[in-house]
Amino acid sequence: MKKLMTGNEAVARGAWEAGVKYASAYPGTPSTEILETIAEYRGDIKAEWGVNEKVAFEAAMGAAIAGARSLAAMKHVGLNVAADPLFSMAYTGTNGGFVVITADEPGQHSSQNEQDNRNYAPFAKVPLFEPGDSQECRDMVKEAFRVSEDYDTPVLVRMTTRTSHSKGIVECGDREEAAIREYRKDAVKYVSVPAHARARRLVVEDRMRRLADYSEASPLNYVEDNGSEVGVIASGTAFFFAKEVFGSTASYLKLGFTNPMPVRRIRDFCGSVKKIYVIEENDPIIETQVRLLGFDCLGKKVFPFCGELTSDIIRKSVFGSCFDALEADPAKIVARPPTLCAGCPHRGFFYELGRRRNVMVSGDIGCYTLGFAEPYNAMDTCVCMGASISAGHGAQQVFDMRKDEKPRRVVSVLGDSTFFHTGINSLLMVGYNRSRTVNVILDNRITGMTGHQQNPGSGYALDGSRTPDLDFEALVRACGISNVRTIDPNDLKLVKETLDWALALDEPSVIITRWPCALKRFSPEDKKEFAGAFQSRYRVDRDLCIGCKACLRSGCPALAFDFAGKKSGIDPDQCVGCGVCAQICPKSAIVRE
Amino acid sequence: MVKSILLVGVGGQGTILAAKLLTTGLMEAGYDVKMSEIHGMSQRGGSVSSQVRYGDEKVHSPVIEVGGADILVSFERMEALRWLRFLKPGGRAIVNDYRINPMPVVSGRAEYPEGILEELKSKADASVVDAAAKASELGNPKVMNVILLGAAIRSMGLGSIDWARIIRENVKPAFVELNLKALEVGLGLV
Repeated sequence: MKKLMTGNEAVARGAWEAGVKYASAYPGTPSTEILETIAEYRGDIKAEWGVNEKVAFEAAMGAAIAGARSLAAMKHVGLNVAADPLFSMAYTGTNGGFVVITADEPGQHSSQNEQDNRNYAPFAKVPLFEPGDSQECRDMVKEAFRVSEDYDTPVLVRMTTRTSHSKGIVECGDREEAAIREYRKDAVKYVSVPAHARARRLVVEDRMRRLADYSEASPLNYVEDNGSEVGVIASGTAFFFAKEVFGSTASYLKLGFTNPMPVRRIRDFCGSVKKIYVIEENDPIIETQVRLLGFDCLGKKVFPFCGELTSDIIRKSVFGSCFDALEADPAKIVARPPTLCAGCPHRGFFYELGRRRNVMVSGDIGCYTLGFAEPYNAMDTCVCMGASISAGHGAQQVFDMRKDEKPRRVVSVLGDSTFFHTGINSLLMVGYNRSRTVNVILDNRITGMTGHQQNPGSGYALDGSRTPDLDFEALVRACGISNVRTIDPNDLKLVKETLDWALALDEPSVIITRWPCALKRFSPEDKKEFAGAFQSRYRVDRDLCIGCKACLRSGCPALAFDFAGKKSGIDPDQCVGCGVCAQICPKSAIVRE
Repeated sequence: MVKSILLVGVGGQGTILAAKLLTTGLMEAGYDVKMSEIHGMSQRGGSVSSQVRYGDEKVHSPVIEVGGADILVSFERMEALRWLRFLKPGGRAIVNDYRINPMPVVSGRAEYPEGILEELKSKADASVVDAAAKASELGNPKVMNVILLGAAIRSMGLGSIDWARIIRENVKPAFVELNLKALEVGLGLV
C-alpha cells in the first residue's frame, strides 16, 4: 500500500508496523508530529506526552526493560536533556526493542543551536541510523528495532528538519505484533552500580565490534556505481540533494547506518574513484573517517559547515554557481519576522514589562521568546528550556552583591509547558535559596509554539482523556514561594499593579498569567472559564484617532497605520477582541464593536 | 521530467492544505512526488513556503533550488518578490493581490512597498489575481487558498486529474461544497 507521508509520519508508521507498544515524547520542532501520529494508532500503541525529554526517554526505557518494543522521540536539544539515561542505558541494554529518535535542525529553522546529534552515537556507544526520505524513515525504524533486540542496545535514529517535514511516497506494510517479552529480574545487568557497570563496559565494547560487522553487511550502506571519475559519499537527506546535482555523473556510497561506520566499504569505495566528495550536513564525521583511512577528499573545505546542504548549495560549492535566477528589487521587500498572533495573551504582559526600567528579563523557550523583539524589547536572555527561573536566580544574587543604590531586579518568564518541563526544578532553587526574583508563568493553557499539545496543566492527555486539574498556585507554594498571584494578562492595569506588587517585595514571588492561546480549540472547561473570549472585535474611530501610533506599541498584527490618512486601523478579519490596544490608546479612539 | 511548484505566503494563509491537496492528486495520478515545508516558529506571522516536486521519473530532492521553480504561486503580494529568485527565468508567477502587513509595517517603522506588482511583471510572466475578493464572494475569505490552487493547477496543465474527488476525500465534510466552488473559481482565473 502506497501513502504520501512526511518523515515524521513514516517514523510513526514504521514504529507501528514494528509492533511498538509504548511511546513517549516531549514536543519540539521538528519532531512533534512523530508522537502525534503514533497516538492515532490507538489501541495498538500507548502514547503519552512526557513532561520533558528525559522523562519521556526514561518512561520508554522502563517500558522496554519491562519487555515491550518502545520508542522515545525528541528534537536535537531534547536529547541533551535525555543524555543522562542514554549513556547509561547503553551499558544496561534493553529487553524489548528501544529506539530513540533525534530530530536535528541543520539551518536552525526553529532552534537555538545547530548541534549534530550524530556525535552522540560514538560518544554514548550506540548504533545510529540516518534516514534521508520518508520511505527510509519507515524502513529504518523497523530495522532499528531488530538491531535493538538482536544486539541488546538502545538505538539512535537521526532525522533532520527536511527528513521530518518533507513528504514522499511510502510503501507501507502491516503491523507485525511483537509479543511483550518476559521480564526477568537481573540486577547485574540493570542496576548500574560500579561493579556491575565495569563488567557491562566490556559488553558494550564487544557489542560495538559485532555491530561493525553488521554495518559492513547492511544493505542500508550501498554503492551506486557510475564509473570511477567522481565518487560521492553522503548520508541522510544530503544524499538526495547530491543526487539532484550529480545525477549519474558520479558514483555514490550511500550511508544509512553510520555508527559504527562500515570502514571496509568506505575504504573500498574511496580506492575505486579518482575524486571524492563527502557531503554531510553539519559536522565532518564521515569525512574524518575517510581521512583516517588515508584518503584525501573534498568535504568541509568546499561545503558549508553550517546550514542545510540543499542541492543549490551543493551546486554552488562544486560548480561555482547556482541556476540562473531572477533578482527582485530588495527595496521592495520588507522583512517579515515571526510575531505574536492577534489576541495572543502574552501581548498585554510584554507590553507592560517592556516599559520597566532597571530590570533584567530572564527568558525561556516558547512563542513568548518573541517578547525580546520589537516593539516590546522585553527579554535579556534565552538559552534553554527552564533556564529562565534558575539563570534569573543566579543573576539576582549577583545584582544584589553590587552596592548599587537601586539594585537591578530580575523578572524570569516562561510558559506553562516549559515550567513543567524543567522550570519546576528551577523554582525549587529559588524557593530553597531565597532570591528575590519575580517569576512569571505565562499560562496560555496549552503548549503553543509546537502547535497545541496538551500538557500536565491543560487538563487533557494526548489521547484526549481528562487529567487532574493541576493547581498551579499550590504547586508554586509547595516549592517554597508564598507570594503568588494569578491574573488576566489582557488587563493592562492589573498587569501593572501586579508587577509593582512583586517588585516591591524583598522575597521571591510568582505571577501566573492565565488566559488561553488565541488559536486554542477550547475545551468545555475553557468555554466555561473564558466565556466570551475572542468573541468581539474592535475598530478605530477615525474622528477620535490623532495618529499618535501609541497603539502600534502593542505589536498586534491586526493593526495597521494608514500613512496617507495618518490614522490607525484594525483589520476586522484578524482582530479577536483582546482589547489591549484599546487600553493603550490615549484618546479612547479604539472602540468595541 | 521533474516539475517544481512553489507555494508561498504568510503563516496561517493555508498554503499547507493547498500543498496537501496538490501532492495527493499528483500521487494518485501516478507521479512520483516529494514535498517540503518548514513549520515551527515561522508560523507565527512569518514568511512560509510549501515546495512541491513531481515527475514521471524518480524525484530525489524535496527542495526547490534557486532558479528551479516552474511556477511560483504567492498567496501574498510582497512574498512573491521575496521568493522570486526561486523561479526559473521564463517561469510563471501567479500572485494574489492581497496584503498582510509584516511587523515593521505594523509598528510604523517601515511602509508596505509600492509598485510590487509592476516590479514582478517587469521580471516574470506574472498573473495577478484577486483571490481574496473571490473568496469573500463565496462567503469565506479563508478559501482563498483553494482558489489559488485552482489557478496553479490550470497553469501547470494538471486539469485532467480528478481534483473534486481529492477535495471530497481530504477536506472536512462541512467545507467540501465551498472548496469545490473555490476550485472552480480558481481554474477559471488564469
